[in-house]
Parts: sequence; structure tokens; C-alpha cells
Amino acid sequence: MTARTFIDAIRETLAGEMRRDPSIIVLGEDVGKKGGVFLATDGLWAEFGDERVIDTPLTESMIVGASIGAAINGLRPVCEIQFADFIFPAFNQIVSEAARMRYRSNNGYSVPMVIRAPYGGGVHGALYHSQSVEAFFTHVPGLKVVVPSTPHDARGLLRSSIRDDDPVLFFEHKKMYRSVRGEVPDTDYTIPLGQAAVTHPGSQVTVIAYGLMAHYALEAADRVADEGISVEVVDVRTLRPLDRETVLESVRKTGKCLIVYEDNKFGGYGAEIAAIVAEEAFDYLDGPVTRIAGPEVPGVPYNHALEDWFMVSPDKIADGIRQLAAY
Amino acid sequence: MTDRTGKQGSLAASVGLYDDDLVQMYRYVALARALDERMWILNRAGRIPFVISGQGHEGAQVGITWPLERHQDWIAPFYRSIATCLTFGMEARDILTAQYATALDPSSGGRQMPGHYGSHEHNIVSVSSPVATQLLHAVGIALAAKIRGTGQVALTTMGEGSSNQGDVHEGLNFAAIHKLPFVFVVENNGYAISVPAARQLAVADVADRAAGYGIPGVIVDGSDVLACYAASREAIERARSGDGPTLIEAKVTRLTAHSSDDQQTKYRSAEELAAERERDPLPLFRSQLEEAGVLTEEIATRLAAEIKLAVDDATDVAEAQVDPDPATAMRFVYAEDDGR
Ligand SMILES: Cc1ncc(C[n+]2csc(CCOP(=O)(O)OP(=O)(O)O)c2C)c(N)n1
Ligand SMILES: [Mg+2]
Repeated sequence: MTARTFIDAIRETLAGEMRRDPSIIVLGEDVGKKGGVFLATDGLWAEFGDERVIDTPLTESMIVGASIGAAINGLRPVCEIQFADFIFPAFNQIVSEAARMRYRSNNGYSVPMVIRAPYGGGVHGALYHSQSVEAFFTHVPGLKVVVPSTPHDARGLLRSSIRDDDPVLFFEHKKMYRSVRGEVPDTDYTIPLGQAAVTHPGSQVTVIAYGLMAHYALEAADRVADEGISVEVVDVRTLRPLDRETVLESVRKTGKCLIVYEDNKFGGYGAEIAAIVAEEAFDYLDGPVTRIAGPEVPGVPYNHALEDWFMVSPDKIADGIRQLAAY
Repeated sequence: MTDRTGKQGSLAASVGLYDDDLVQMYRYVALARALDERMWILNRAGRIPFVISGQGHEGAQVGITWPLERHQDWIAPFYRSIATCLTFGMEARDILTAQYATALDPSSGGRQMPGHYGSHEHNIVSVSSPVATQLLHAVGIALAAKIRGTGQVALTTMGEGSSNQGDVHEGLNFAAIHKLPFVFVVENNGYAISVPAARQLAVADVADRAAGYGIPGVIVDGSDVLACYAASREAIERARSGDGPTLIEAKVTRLTAHSSDDQQTKYRSAEELAAERERDPLPLFRSQLEEAGVLTEEIATRLAAEIKLAVDDATDVAEAQVDPDPATAMRFVYAEDDGR
């Protein structure tokens, strides 16, 4: 076991996987010599060279589209979209092509590839360097969507994503890159996609979260513990496929469900969890299924006062827990 | 592709082929046409709900596909690519089962609309509906070929209207930077559904755009099968030897409406349609081969009988095949247990 930052875990996992499997290539903007704008690919170019670590032009659709072709012809591309906010030029290639290739060819073709993208706010990134884009993709059958929250999970889930035979979107909260540290075993462990984790056991309220919000949920759980409220935190880790069983089991136990996500609330990923809980755990509920999420503005505003107003915080989550516990 | 010891008349020799190659090429043009005509008959008879046709494009498609290596090179085609797919290994039955969307249709098992061909067995990438997305797949295939050192070439085809999509710009730029073994073929038939090329492009020729990527842009008469062959062979050799991509623009004619849902007399005059008939590659290629003494009456008669048999057989097979079972409709969203 060694303590690692979130980004170290990702970088080392990429390197380790590239050593293990020569069919893995990394491509994206500035991923080569510079090692990526966040340094998630630092050192890969020096070790694996131009052929396997490719600095692409500023062409997101090409990054994804050519990765699809490379996957069809025997490689396992791990491509980087520099910021999740800039993934939309590639939306058609992801949704119309990568997601549908296996289905539309009746299993003739598969697209084993990973699309990594830093997402999320709270870093003074404003409207276009802060977005949470997961809901656009979790809607799509054929895609898998992963959002790890710890270095340990990042390593195990990235390995599984790279080794998976279908396209995986791997979203990394950029605020966590250097602020989150944790123990990471040196073994070749994997964490299966579609497995949630109960990160804080409790009995009165279930809080479901992912990414940075999984940390904030733990902080909020600690705060209300002093007030005698016992919170169970579920970190879903993989958004598609969702581990329904772990979510439902927890809600059936506590009878109360609060879902936390950083994206704006309306139509966000948490709406799907709320619907599943309402459909499948209705008889166990002792209160309304509630959500703490971002406000209905089209992006995270820049000024620190505005950004603080936008961001979900441990305080806001704790308030939500108190209200639900008192229901 | 054929026996290298056969007869070689002057026409075949002029393009480095053998007489038998020319006969086979003619056979593919004629087979594609016969299948296509059968599709329209079946459509009018109410047997298949939709047709999208390759009539007028077949000569260019056969000529351009001919120099590629089957089971080695790759093609990312589009919805008019019937002759392309036949030349690259798909069978008449495969084309017609796709029209009927049967359970055994090798392109998609009945999941896609007719015209969306594909075959893993033959290195033909599954056709999509959003136009031009396939260019990037071919570029990626070429990238993998280069990295893996397979010696493969990837070729993609689309219409001139589709060539305006942003993916084309992004892909050509990347393929040119890395000198990928890639060939971009534009089958310019002058229309994107109803919109004439002059309203699709500010330049007369798509090939002019090649200069912007630092690659050769070649214009070829799409009704001249052997000219298309020669242009393609050169582009493929260039690609294979590491000199990078080529853009080939084949000027073709669209002999039918855009699809069975389109009425082209609304936007094309009778005179224009009559004049375009003169550019039909099928009779032009036939006369050329007859004049050269390659296509004798005997061979022509034999081919016609073979083609009729193949089209009838394909129709019977497609008619007889069952619909896909809805119980299978949830399969292959993701990999199943065996990993594929
Ligand atoms: C992205 C996208 N937009 C619109 C369409 C609808 N559409 C299908 S074919 C077509 C015209 C294409 O023209 P061209 O590329 O010249 O090919 P042609 O059909 O003439 O062979 C259009 C508009 C589509 N399939 N995809
Ligand atoms: Mg056209």
C-alpha cells in the first residue's frame, strides 16, 4: 500500500496498462511531451514514444472517431478530451457511432475504447471548464459511464474500463486530482464496472453520490453524526451500468433517500436514481426521495461568490440530510 | 485478383490488368445494377418498404475497389455502396437480405435500414446514417494499421454533399499530418438529395480542397471504370508505401431518385435526366469491352444468365428468411460472455 493522489493513480494506471498491453494507445490534445494540461499522461510519451502517445490537433470529433476506427482495427485507444466541457464536438461520434456499433452490426464490430475527461466545478473554471456532462451519456445504451472518487477506485475502475470490450466514458473530477489522496495497493486488482460501494454505513438516511460529491457526502455525514443522525453513504462509482441492488438495499434499510449531484438538478443523473427508488423501493420509504444538486443556470459562473452559490457543498448536503431525517 | 497467366489484350495491358479482370469487373457492375433494379421492383411490389440506390455509381465503385486487397484492406462505405460491397466480397444474397432486414442479414441482422451494409468477415465497416462519420473510422483504421505495421490501407467513400461535414476536415487533416495509409473517395453525383452541388460547394470540384490538407486531389470520370481503377491503384500504392492519403473525386451520375421516398422530377428537368443517362457506366463499359474484343457475345450471354440466376436466388433466399425474433432485440448492446 502506498498513498497516492488521485491523478498519480490515474497516471500510473495508464502507464501500467500500456506496459501490460501493447495494443493500448493514448491520444488527445497536449497528452504527449507536455503530459496533458493536468499532467495525467505525464511520462507516457517519454516511455512509449510517438506511436503510442499521440498529440492530436484540436479536433474532438476526430479524437473519438479515429479511436473508434483504431479499436475496430485491433487497438485499445484511451483518448483524452482535455475538458469534459469540450466533449460536445464529439457527441455524434460517441452517441451515434461508438455506442451503436456493436448493436447495429449485430455483434459484428465492437469498440473497446476509453474516453477520459476531467469534469466538475469549484476550481474557478467558469462556464466552460466546470461542467458535469455525465447525464448526456448515461442516457445512452451501449455506453458505460464511470466516475471514480478515490485513488483506489480510480485505479481499479480504470483498469476495468481499459480491459472492457465496450466504449467507456471515464470522468475524473479535476478538483480531486491533487486534493484527494488515498491508499492504493500495488497489486493488479480491478474493480468491476457496475459495482457501487457503501463508503459510510448508517441507518437513518441514505445519501447517494459520486465523484467529488461522494466526498462532500461523507463530510456531511460526519457533521450530522454529532447531531445523532446516522447516514449511510453510497458511492455509485459506475453510473451506467448502475448497481441498483446496493442502492435499493440501502434505501430499503434506511427508508430515506437523498441523492447528491453537482450538475444542475433538472433531468440530471440523480433523477434516474430517484425514479428507480420510487419504482422499486416505494413500500420502504418513510419520506420523499429528495435531491441536492446544482441550480438551473446554463453553467458554473466564474466569480467566487457566484461559484460558491452554484456549488453543492457539505453544508448544503448536511441541511438536506437534516430536513429529510426530520420528515 | 485473378489468374496472372491469362490472356492480356491491349486494353487490359494499358492498365496493367488481364482480360479476365475486365470481365470480372464488368460482372460486378452488371450484378450491382441487376440487384439494384430488382430492389426497385420489389419496392413497387410492396415487398420492401425502402430503396436507396447505387445506379450510376457502380462503375466508379468497382474500378476504385478493385485494387484493394480483400480480407486485408478496409472499406468504410456509404449507403450507395452496393457495387463496392460486392467487389469487396459480399454476395448478392447479402445485399438482398439487407433489403428485407431478415434475421440472417449479415450486415445487421435486420436492425438497420436497407442500405446500411457491413461485414466483419470482409473488413467492411458497418454503415451509419449520419453522413461522413465513417471517414474518421477509416482514418482510425489506417492509424492502427500504421501503428501495428499491418500494411493495410483504409478507404472511405461518400457523396459530395456529405464531404462538407466537419468530420471530413478533422479526419483529412489528421490523416495528412501522419501520412496515414488512407484514401478518401468522393462519389460526386451533383446532388445531395435535391440540392445541386453548386449550393453545396463554393468550388467546382471537391478535389480542390485536397490542397488545403497538403494531399493530392484527383478528379476522375466516374463513368470510366478503368480510369477509376488507375486513379485508385495509384492512391492505394501511395498510401501503402507510406506517402499518405489521396482524395479521389469520381464524377458520377445519379440515375435514380435519391431514394424510393424522393421524386426527383420536382427538381431535375427531363432534359437533364436524359442527358445524364448518357453517362451511365454500364453500357459505356460494355461497349468498351466489346470493342476491345474482351467481352464476346458468348461471355456476355453467360454472364447475363449467371447474374439473373444470382439475383433470383438472392430474392428467393431473402423472401424465405424469417424476421428477427424480438426476444433477440436486447442482445449485443454490450459484449456478451465470450467477450466479443
Ligand atoms: C448528418 C446527416 N444529415 C442529414 C442526413 C440526411 N441525408 C441523407 S443522404 C443526404 C444527402 C447526401 O448527399 P451526398 O453526400 O451528395 O450523397 P448522395 O446521396 O448524393 O450520394 C442527406 C441530406 C443524414 N443522413 N445525415
Ligand atoms: Mg451527391
